[in-house]
Amino acid sequence: MKEGKGVWVFIEQRGGCVSEVGLELLGKGRELADKVGEKLEAVLFGYQTDSMVDELGAYGADTVYVADDPLLEVYNSDAYAVLMQELIEQYKPSMMIVGASNIGSDLAPRVAAKVDTGLSAHCIGFDVDEQGKLLGKVPGFGGAVMADIICPEDYPQMATARPGFFQKLERTEGRKADVVEVEVKLKQEDINIKVLGTSKEELKARPVESADVVVAGGFGIGGQENWKLVEELADVLNGSVGATRPPCDEGWAELDSQMIGQSGKTVRPNLYIGLGVSGAVHHLVGIQDSKVIVAINKDSKAPIFEAADYGIVADFRQVVPSLIEELKSISQAEGV
Amino acid sequence: MKELNSVVCIKPVPDQRFWDKISLDPKTQTLRRAGIPVALGPLDLNALEEALRIKEARGGKVTVISMGPPGTEEILEWAIVLGADEAVLLSDRAFAGADTLATAYVLASGIKKLGDVDLVFLGNESLDGSTGQVGPQVAEFLGMSHLTHITKIDLAGDTKLKARFHIEFGSIDVEVKTPVVIAVDKEVNEPRLANIWGAVWAQERKINCWSINDVEVDKDKIGLPGSPTQVAGVTTIELKRKGEMLTGEPADIARQLVKKLQTDKVLPEALVCRRDVV
Ligand SMILES: Cc1cc2nc3c(=O)[nH]c(=O)nc-3n(C[C@H](O)[C@H](O)[C@H](O)COP(=O)(O)OP(=O)(O)OC[C@H]3O[C@@H](n4cnc5c(N)ncnc54)[C@H](O)[C@@H]3O)c2cc1C
Ligand SMILES: Nc1ncnc2c1ncn2[C@@H]1O[C@H](COP(=O)(O)O)[C@@H](O)[C@H]1O
Repeated sequence: MKEGKGVWVFIEQRGGCVSEVGLELLGKGRELADKVGEKLEAVLFGYQTDSMVDELGAYGADTVYVADDPLLEVYNSDAYAVLMQELIEQYKPSMMIVGASNIGSDLAPRVAAKVDTGLSAHCIGFDVDEQGKLLGKVPGFGGAVMADIICPEDYPQMATARPGFFQKLERTEGRKADVVEVEVKLKQEDINIKVLGTSKEELKARPVESADVVVAGGFGIGGQENWKLVEELADVLNGSVGATRPPCDEGWAELDSQMIGQSGKTVRPNLYIGLGVSGAVHHLVGIQDSKVIVAINKDSKAPIFEAADYGIVADFRQVVPSLIEELKSISQAEGV
Repeated sequence: MKELNSVVCIKPVPDQRFWDKISLDPKTQTLRRAGIPVALGPLDLNALEEALRIKEARGGKVTVISMGPPGTEEILEWAIVLGADEAVLLSDRAFAGADTLATAYVLASGIKKLGDVDLVFLGNESLDGSTGQVGPQVAEFLGMSHLTHITKIDLAGDTKLKARFHIEFGSIDVEVKTPVVIAVDKEVNEPRLANIWGAVWAQERKINCWSINDVEVDKDKIGLPGSPTQVAGVTTIELKRKGEMLTGEPADIARQLVKKLQTDKVLPEALVCRRDVV
């Protein structure tokens, strides 16, 4: 597509509730839409969507395109992608941003390929240039650099962003969006994927994104055995355990709930302690809003020391037990 | 039972031990990776494993395919040692600098040339790009359905399978008709290790190298020029903090740190009150 108008945000819903990341992106989308002088438009696919549509108006959408059909109750890439393509071709938005949850990152690339446009993955910031083109900010390799990804010629300009990087707007009770109801002609027989059912998993770890203290372990922890030390430190601090990417790849930590950074969670604790974390920008962008950052790493040249308030060059196995002891002793002192 | 032919897309990723040597080319703004050793990404091993298991259960062929610079043969050879029947390297200067769409387009053209494919496996996301975009986009170019974040696959009859799509704190179970493109998570299986027979097996197999002349592609849709996304610019970000270094014996360091954290008032309530109380 060669032209378009309207800033679109895909709103993921599960079990009839809109996802937080959708609302966060409406917050950022509002700013982008105002900058380019276009409408902020939400796209919602689901079943029995009325109350969700009201929410989207209250959180800043000017328009809500809503497709309401039993086939759309649970995400189905066949159905969602075809429907989204139809909508884009009919209404021609200029930009479309999608939350990079597992569902969003399943849908967005398929849609981009269908309408033959570019998609910037896992942006941690957005802006527009003088021509009103969307700039997606993505951490780069080699030092503290951020690349601006642009899609100069095709529409819509598409991008994904992980949950947690943007703030949703204050809810305005009674603020209404124009609603465009989208007709769903698609039937289960027309597509290859059939949803059999859904299931829920219990949250294993305390969520990092809302914790006051986050202790994050990196690849330097070296193994499952040593990981206990990370958990112990988090425990005495009443905090949560986070991780960089490699411990999640190794299976010491859980990718979904514990990985911090560009493709994981954003944390905003009072205190972040990184153990055996080198300090790749991909990780640092997820911790930069921490009030105080402490780094323990045995390599004095590790980049995390630059980004930390307090740095300790040491083997974490030596320092952490002492730290735990000291913290325990002060909490006992309190009881005195 | 029908035999099932699988294709596995494996991406050459720069060996993580050399990541600090990677820089951006100031002119094209693409990554400069020349001289950086490549490795097989962890999830691509899971993708290969799944294809091998299906071959063992149902018969059929496993072909690995990769788009990358010369040097990528190494990881394809490894895939053959692990049990793949055939390998294809799509390599041409004209493919270089591709974003995910242009990459998927070229991979799909290679897969089309192979023909008679029931299953296409990929890693859910690569170590270096980590976009997870290539799978769904390959599927679009092939006109197949796609599944991502798959943690479990069960064959169900000749042309159907059941799969578990992992989503945040839950999952969606689906049934899909083949042919289908599947991007797997690490939970899907435990990749095998190479054994002594692998090397013998590999001796009789060769890697097919295909250039732009060997596949049917629109020249405007490949490589850097055919990529809809570009890097508009690079900015340095300010992540610097005071970087105060604490030194001494472990117990000494611990005392210093805790004192600082108390002064900064960032320790949880229960811990903060203490010495002021004493
Ligand atoms: C597109 C993309 C997205 C990414 N997204 C993310 C993301 O969201 N989150 C993320 O974390 N990563 C992400 N990454 C990966 C990121 O680039 C880094 O590879 C990763 O953050 C490194 O993790 P690390 O610091 O734990 O490991 P390493 O870089 O291997 O560092 C380990 C550190 O431990 C130290 N160490 C070793 N032993 C000890 C010891 N005994 N005591 C103390 N220190 C020790 C070493 O000196 C070293 O500095 C992404 C990468 C890409 C390409
Ligand atoms: N150049 C490539 N050659 C072969 N497969 C690739 C290539 N790039 C990506 N892939 C496949 O797509 C998956 C996801 O990659 P990405 O979209 O880069 O995160 C990888 O795990 C590979 O299976």
